[in-house]
Amino acid sequence: MIEIHNIHKAFDGKKVLDGVSGVFETGKTNLLLGASGTGKSVLLKCIVGLIKPDLGSVTFDGTYFTNNKLDIRQEIRRKIGMLFQGSALFDSMTVEQNVEFPLKMLTDMNKEERMDRVNFCLKRVGLEGANKKMPSEISGGMKKRVGIARAIAPHCTYLFCDEPNSGLDPQTAMKIDELIKEITEEYNITTIIVTHDMNSVIEIGDKIMFLYEGKKLWEGTRDEIMDTDIHELNEFIFANRLMRDAKKVEDEEREEEEERRHNGQVASQGKEKAPSEETVETRDEPQPENPDGPAATTQSGNDKV
Amino acid sequence: MLQSFGKYLLFMQSLFTRKESAKILFGRTVDEAILIGINSIFIVAIVSTFIGAVTCVQVAYNLNNAFIPRSTIGFMVREMTILELAPTITSIVLAGKVGSSIAGGLGTMQITEQVDALEVMGINSASYLVLPKVVAAILVFPMLVILAMFLSILGGYLAGTLSGELTPQEYITGIRDQFIPYNITFALIKSVVFAFLISSISSFRGYYTSGGALEVGAASTAAVTNSVIAILIGDFVLAYILL
Ligand SMILES: Nc1ncnc2c1ncn2[C@@H]1O[C@H](COP(=O)(O)OP(=O)(O)O)[C@@H](O)[C@H]1O
Ligand SMILES: [Mg+2]
Repeated sequence: MIEIHNIHKAFDGKKVLDGVSGVFETGKTNLLLGASGTGKSVLLKCIVGLIKPDLGSVTFDGTYFTNNKLDIRQEIRRKIGMLFQGSALFDSMTVEQNVEFPLKMLTDMNKEERMDRVNFCLKRVGLEGANKKMPSEISGGMKKRVGIARAIAPHCTYLFCDEPNSGLDPQTAMKIDELIKEITEEYNITTIIVTHDMNSVIEIGDKIMFLYEGKKLWEGTRDEIMDTDIHELNEFIFANRLMRDAKKVEDEEREEEEERRHNGQVASQGKEKAPSEETVETRDEPQPENPDGPAATTQSGNDKV
Repeated sequence: MLQSFGKYLLFMQSLFTRKESAKILFGRTVDEAILIGINSIFIVAIVSTFIGAVTCVQVAYNLNNAFIPRSTIGFMVREMTILELAPTITSIVLAGKVGSSIAGGLGTMQITEQVDALEVMGINSASYLVLPKVVAAILVFPMLVILAMFLSILGGYLAGTLSGELTPQEYITGIRDQFIPYNITFALIKSVVFAFLISSISSFRGYYTSGGALEVGAASTAAVTNSVIAILIGDFVLAYILL
């Protein structure tokens, strides 16, 4: 369980976090929801200690973290796994070396034990066989998977994910979300996920905290979120739905278009369709036609704010 | 300016706090040394050979006096390359080659949150990433400078003898004339100091990059220009103190 109390943070006099408090429960996927630029990443970085809050405290399972002695902070940090927004894989290392890295640095496992753990983690995230690939050779979805494998490799107790599905097509995004939820429940860890995507909320949000301009405006479960009377949250949900609908219409149009083209090809070649399992997996591969469509562009655009 | 210098000093200090184990740092240093060596040996070889050749031709052009023996050309080439051209020009070339790659690499790691990923694991990223680069540069630069000295004298030999300005015998007599071993020591001291300046300044510029690809480019450029200025100032100060 992670508790945060009255976190304040300002950059050059500009308030980004304004007294955020809350509790993140063990074995659950805790969501930090909010529009871009509301301070979600900053809050996450305050919790893991990458940014020092101006005021306030963070406690990991009863152990005070912020401003505590260095060795106690280090002890807690060794239990933290983090998936970054852009995956943050070490690009000079192979997939395997990336996952092995925290084991090498943080544990005294020997090479054989490390490789066992690496292979186990890669298998767990569905990437067996990708060991020797370089980060530049794999797709965005696969990078996120490697990021997750690297985070959980040293048996982390706390998992932090910053926009795990940003820049991914909806199917891959859903798979990554599900993977994080499964891992959270399987290993009973405390997971905090930053997101601005209502899809994630509906699929995996055990507990949701809604941030608005650096303040916590609402907190609850995914069943409660639809009948809240917080104006800002309703507005956020509405905007999200509009975007999703627009995307859906576009997706459907594109699918129809693809189907037509595909049928044309099938007719001419006389071949059967690939099994569905295959189709979903290949979604992970980079696609020339940019399946992310307008969603990805708006996402990355907004993130710059 | 003064503020950045203070920040640079604090950065240098942070390299020595919360260090990783010697074994890990040693491995990293070897990797970095190989990288620096392999990446720069070719350009250093080309530049120093030509510098030697050009020096020889120009000295020969200026020495038209019949009372001065032709071997003086060899002597001048040796003096100029060992003392100044080999260490300084090599370092300036390396500032472009190694400095920009250090700053670009660290800058990219910073903006893609790879540095944050190290920090989250409880690793002192500055020490882990930068210290091995500085140590590796200090180890490899003198070797490159020795190579540069050798090749520039060889370049002078080729240019001088092939163009018929002087005979091989005269050149060899020249480069053996009044040899002062301290000059080599001095050049190596220079190379160590320049190695430290280039690697630490470029690391500093790269490590404190924020923003995007544009800023990484700017950090690389700043790394090279700052390093070159530091080299020239260092060159002057060392000559003043040690000669
Ligand atoms: N290191 C920093 N220095 C200055 N301002 C920052 C820094 N990090 C974030 N900010 C500002 O804080 C605000 C919130 O950013 P962030 O937490 O990244 O938003 P998001 O909710 O999209 O993750 C933004 O306005 C951003 O400009
Ligand atoms: Mg963010």
